[in-house]
Amino acid sequence: MLTFTLKRLLALVGTMLGVAILTFFISNIAPGDPARLVAGQNATEDMVETIRVEYGLDKPLLTQLSIYLGNLAQGDLGKSIVSTRDVTQELASRIPATLELVFCAMGLGIIFGVTLGVLSAVWRDSWFDQAVRIFSISGVAIPAFWLGILMQLYFSVHMGWLPVSGRFPLVMAPPESVTGFYLIDSLLEGSLTKFWTSLSYIILPAIVLSLPCLASILRVNRSEMIEVLQSDHIVAARAHGLSQWRVICYYALKNALIPTLAIIGLRFGWMLGSTVLVETVFDWPGLGLYAVSSALSSDFKPVIGVTLVITFFFVLINMIVDLAYAWVDPRLRSAK
Amino acid sequence: MSQQDTSLERPGFRERHASQIRMWRLYIHTLRKSFTSMLGLVIVAFFLFLAAFGPQIAPYPEDAAGAIHMSQRLMPPSAEHWFGTDEMGADILSRIIVGARISLWIGLLITGIAALIGVPLGIIAGYRGGWTRAVIMRLTDLFLSVPGLVLALAIVASLGPGITNCVIALALVWWPGYVRLVEAKTLSVKEELFVESARSIGAKTPWILWHHILPNCLSPVIVKISLDIGMAILAAASLGFIGLGARPPSPEWGAMISVARSYMPDWWWYSFFPGMAIFLTVLGFNLLGDGLRDIFDPRSRDR
Repeated sequence: MLTFTLKRLLALVGTMLGVAILTFFISNIAPGDPARLVAGQNATEDMVETIRVEYGLDKPLLTQLSIYLGNLAQGDLGKSIVSTRDVTQELASRIPATLELVFCAMGLGIIFGVTLGVLSAVWRDSWFDQAVRIFSISGVAIPAFWLGILMQLYFSVHMGWLPVSGRFPLVMAPPESVTGFYLIDSLLEGSLTKFWTSLSYIILPAIVLSLPCLASILRVNRSEMIEVLQSDHIVAARAHGLSQWRVICYYALKNALIPTLAIIGLRFGWMLGSTVLVETVFDWPGLGLYAVSSALSSDFKPVIGVTLVITFFFVLINMIVDLAYAWVDPRLRSAK
Repeated sequence: MSQQDTSLERPGFRERHASQIRMWRLYIHTLRKSFTSMLGLVIVAFFLFLAAFGPQIAPYPEDAAGAIHMSQRLMPPSAEHWFGTDEMGADILSRIIVGARISLWIGLLITGIAALIGVPLGIIAGYRGGWTRAVIMRLTDLFLSVPGLVLALAIVASLGPGITNCVIALALVWWPGYVRLVEAKTLSVKEELFVESARSIGAKTPWILWHHILPNCLSPVIVKISLDIGMAILAAASLGFIGLGARPPSPEWGAMISVARSYMPDWWWYSFFPGMAIFLTVLGFNLLGDGLRDIFDPRSRDR
């Protein structure tokens, strides 16, 4: 298990290095002179030349790459052109917001996905199963940004139950930062009002973000449950007179959860990508919104930074899922 | 004499293709039996029809190009304007109908380019093995380790916004899936006896790849394309919504919603109907793709 873990860690470092190189090439595919782009249209030839030297753009591409990787290793992602702030600092202040949203959405997706999956497997081909099927097919096809707008229209504007957008009201002081997650920080502070306030802000974006993930967890879990419920050990458990729900929840679900684990890892990355849309709709001050606003103002360094951070979390979660897999199923440890 | 011989040796089309015809009849039967696949087929056919004849059937085709009728700004749905009008007074129904061509074209282009890059690379990786395979698969894994939408965003941010760059970016994000799929399939097909016998009678590698490996990889690729078109349309609309894809006067659905957002609470129809169009198109392609997968890969049924 230890060597397996070490191998996976090494692979993680390798992937991150690869992605860093990939982002470097992406930032260099832009047609035209990057120095002129930075300097702006009205810059004189001298100014462009100064910027070229200042940004190291006069050096050969490979030298530029090694400088970029060296800076990256020290956690230096450069400065944003628009705000002139350090990209690393900006990212650090935004990571908790995105993670809080993604974890909440993932929680919703797992809880409801697994429950609905089990129920529709147990009541296979009933009206419930059909309804869940329609729901899961629609869940993948629905545009997240559009669903977000509709939810805002109904729950916030029409019914007035929940705030339209943002993470916390401007007039209120956010909870003192310990973990950076407002839900946890407000509890640590012992302020229930702040907890309910931040919950009311996070609930809509979390639901919107969780839906596609919920749908695919549901589908995988349903088909696995159907398969497991037909296997011998379930028949044996039933024959021994164990109660229906004990068989389902304890003996069957345990086996069906293993393949579900794999889809959770995959969907996590999908979800991190969708934050770009959901955060834009709900004005959620996280990584996705940062990437979008920077991309719209042709500010490329923050976009690279967000890409790297999001990829890191995706690869990390997949590593954890792999380890969990190997822990549950020892045959996999030697296979890789 | 000789004429009689050929007529004996050359049976009619039906006889010559009897096994294929039986196979296709089974396919059609399986497809028709499934309600959801037929629903998908109907939706896809409907949007293909809109894409083909959009400008002819749209009630106000000139509105799609950005005609301005200031007297009719932001009118709610009515008999003249079924889906209402937008901030320029343009008929939203017409813009959606004409926009169908853009969205479907984008979806086809993205998956088509992705398959054209991915399938050959997958076949080469699977067939050659060795370091060629190692290099191709490492590169594939690298692209797959970045969440798709984020990678597309980074590429578009670098290339600059616009519909062409949006297609390029999404195609660059989509090809690795085809490499994975085709590589796995090639690995299993190349061990088959018919490949070995072809090689033993002196067939050249390109010939084997074209006549034996490729046809056997085709059905999963077709299934994947049909499932991916919907998701590609969704991704392109998402980039349009963010403001990095198609630009507003163009009747692209995502871009329409992006503008509609600022008119949100009071003028709900402006964002509602384009979103509905995206949803139905993606749903149609997903249902159809699921149906095709049931046909070509019966083992995956019920998943």
